[in-house]
Amino acid sequence: MNRFAELLDRLAYEPGRNNKIKLLVAYFGETEDPDRGYALAALTGALSFKHAKPGLIRDLITERADPALFGYSYDYVGDLSETVALMWPKAELPGHNNPPPPTLTDVVTTLRTLGKAELPAQLARWLDELDETGRWALLKLVTGAMRIGISARLAKTAAAALGDKDAHEIELMWHGLSPPYLDLFAWLEGRGDKPVNSDPTPFRPVMLAHAIEDGDFANLDAADFSAEWKWDGIRVQAVAGHDARGHIQARLYSRTGEDITGSFPDLVPSLHLPGAIDGELLVLREGRVQTFNVLQQRLNRKVVSPKLIKEFPIHLRAYDLLGDDANDLRELPFTERRAHLEAFVARLDDPRIDLSPMVPFANWEDLAAARADPKSAGAGNDADAVEGVMLKRRDAPYLPGRPKGPWWKWKRDPHIIDAVLMYAQRGHGKRSSYYSDYTFGVWTHSEAGDELVPVGKAYFGFTDEELLQIDRFVRRNTTEKFGPVRHVVHEPDQGLVLEVAFEGLQRSPRHKSGVAMRFPRISRLRWDKPPREADRLETLERMLISMTGS
Amino acid sequence: MPGSSPRMTAKHRGESAYIGPMRPQDILMPVPAGLCCKPGGFHIDPVRPVERALITHGHSDHARAGHGAVLATQETLDMMRLRYGENFADSVQAITYGEEIRLGDVAVTFHPAGHVLGSAQISVTCKDTRIVASGDYKDARDPTCAPFELVPCDVFITEATFGLPVFRHGDAAGEVNKLLASAKLFPERAHLVGAYSLGKAQRVIALLREAGYDAPIYLHGAMEKITNYYQERGIPLGELRPVRGMKKKAELAGTITLAPPSATSDVWTRRFPDPVTAFASGWMRVRARARQGGIELPLVISDHADWDGLTATITATGAGEIWVTHGQEDALVHWCKTRGLAARPLDLVGYGDEDEGETAAITGEVEAQPEGETKA
Repeated sequence: MNRFAELLDRLAYEPGRNNKIKLLVAYFGETEDPDRGYALAALTGALSFKHAKPGLIRDLITERADPALFGYSYDYVGDLSETVALMWPKAELPGHNNPPPPTLTDVVTTLRTLGKAELPAQLARWLDELDETGRWALLKLVTGAMRIGISARLAKTAAAALGDKDAHEIELMWHGLSPPYLDLFAWLEGRGDKPVNSDPTPFRPVMLAHAIEDGDFANLDAADFSAEWKWDGIRVQAVAGHDARGHIQARLYSRTGEDITGSFPDLVPSLHLPGAIDGELLVLREGRVQTFNVLQQRLNRKVVSPKLIKEFPIHLRAYDLLGDDANDLRELPFTERRAHLEAFVARLDDPRIDLSPMVPFANWEDLAAARADPKSAGAGNDADAVEGVMLKRRDAPYLPGRPKGPWWKWKRDPHIIDAVLMYAQRGHGKRSSYYSDYTFGVWTHSEAGDELVPVGKAYFGFTDEELLQIDRFVRRNTTEKFGPVRHVVHEPDQGLVLEVAFEGLQRSPRHKSGVAMRFPRISRLRWDKPPREADRLETLERMLISMTGS
Repeated sequence: MPGSSPRMTAKHRGESAYIGPMRPQDILMPVPAGLCCKPGGFHIDPVRPVERALITHGHSDHARAGHGAVLATQETLDMMRLRYGENFADSVQAITYGEEIRLGDVAVTFHPAGHVLGSAQISVTCKDTRIVASGDYKDARDPTCAPFELVPCDVFITEATFGLPVFRHGDAAGEVNKLLASAKLFPERAHLVGAYSLGKAQRVIALLREAGYDAPIYLHGAMEKITNYYQERGIPLGELRPVRGMKKKAELAGTITLAPPSATSDVWTRRFPDPVTAFASGWMRVRARARQGGIELPLVISDHADWDGLTATITATGAGEIWVTHGQEDALVHWCKTRGLAARPLDLVGYGDEDEGETAAITGEVEAQPEGETKA
């Protein structure tokens, strides 16, 4: 447990992806079975036991420490598990033969069968035996609140790296494996055969597109490509297959391979034929695709109520077919996969699943016109949910990752405003010596005349050179400091105007301005523009009305 | 702890009608300038210029320039001279540990505080009441300074920087091993350790040497003078090099550099290859503190007593009355009361930021900043 705790501790502070992988690979390499397998399970969310409630942890500490001192400490630390881990009194264990601290395997296997009544005493014993970091990790594990910035995908990538394998291979077999993954590690270390995937509904690594730039078109022949709308929903993979008893099983995966079936039970009955669809999750009301803002109401829900299902009816728009029953179609060119897809969707014959329509075009000018006006180019009333067009090479197979060339995304021009830099904050990791997080505002009326009101925050979009320039500007034009935040000069004739691009607007009571931007980023630095000429809140209000009709 | 002999003067205080000539607060009392001893005619660690100052140790929040006469250990006087120049006071007097000096109606002795080189607790005795002002102290091992000495007393003035039971510093050698393990795992990156320039930096270097690390250790410009002084006082720190002369990023791969905490998120760090930012401090025990500072490798190494150290020391002094200053006073005062000790927070302001002003003393670093950069 202590070694796993050290790993979690280090991962929690490490911002760099490659460095995280390096830490994980080192851990997997030097930790023996089955501990490392349970660690992989913990990091991928594959462990299942009843989590301990915070109240239980609180009771444990107040039985052992002065409640007032606990109160002062909790106020200061701000995190229950951490406070308890740090102030847990040193155990006065009798005799010299103190038990060794529990291993991760001890903890996981014990928790699996432990009765609820026995949990407090068992936890207390472990807390006595572990050090501070060990106690912290244990409490995070048993309360089910790890949150250390590691995705399941990253953990699998690190495991794969241990055996010099591709993470996609693990992804394909993943749902057929179970903790502590002895067969997986044996294969990764060259001691065993590749585990056979017995999972009827495996996740296939997703193919992604590059953003197309104006200069790219010159090298591309329109005749080689077909086009579809890029729908503003959630990219998913819907997989169905027969289990050992011949029953059909269905699973819905996010583009990173997280199993999100539980959030969309209403879609499962529609996945009644074995196959793997790559598509977009959307909310449809009376046949009309709703905007992303509407779809958002269905995301990250723990409980999916019948009311939610009724008010936000879920729909799958199919882009591609990766497998048809036992046939893997991914090697086929897109045009052939598309033919399979059309036939498959016709056989499904389900109102919740339809085809992503093709956008006809003869040359790039045609497509540019369609992209500029999806409404009259076939998207009709659904045009608001179109965020651009997708270009797919007709002869391209389905390749995992983001290969350059076969797929391109060509987003609609983003919305743009000119805003004034108001506050700057230091970034993290590599950027910790730079002021790289910016709060910007636009003008609005107030009793005291015009004033700037913050409308958003952005921390990317600029080049490295521009970052240096803004950083220098911030350092020279700081008027006040509040902890890590610098108040940067923003007067009508003094300050920096940022051109901010964003994808959408929403009403937000949490912001003083009443609006929130989606995906804002710095698109240009307007050194030439005096702050007084930056946009006004009224402009955003008008954009909001034209976007949402409200 | 050995040497503890509780003195029983506390029993007098219980009699509320007691109107003796010398209550503890008549001997020492907090005033805006600091802790004032009227019968002795001096202040301890004054934050404003005074006629006569007794200084516990050389950190800039305790040792300030501009006093008339200064009484301190030789090391503390030397450190003040290094920071403020020759004329930091009108006159100075050095005192050795254990030596008694009479000032007015009181007798004064200095005792090792174990905080940094030359740090002292100041014991003030008037009639038969002894008050010990501990300044900052720690009871943990430190190869760069004399160990903490327990001084039995009637009133103990304790710091409370880490006065919460969540602060337990553990073994500093283990933390240094963490740093060495990281340096081994990431040989292509530089390791940048934030540490207070006076005391912490030298302790970390000494601990690295004890752990067998014998490669050159690099220093930020603000640390050179004080670290050289430690070496002059006979504390072995091995080969030290200024970062200043390093022209190529790659040359700093795999190295360990000590820098003041404020420098580890400064433009200064851009000369290092993909630096791992560490910080050696008792605050690193709390994750939110470490994350706030953008620290990737928190090292729990402190020159202050932790909760167990504070409570054990308070008990061992035998003092019946405890005055608690700079830090988490509330929790420690509460603890004292549950142990039947009279305790109160002492309202002293101006202490706590040990590194304040240290980086202002940067030498030779300014020209290395990007063009047009000025220190804000």
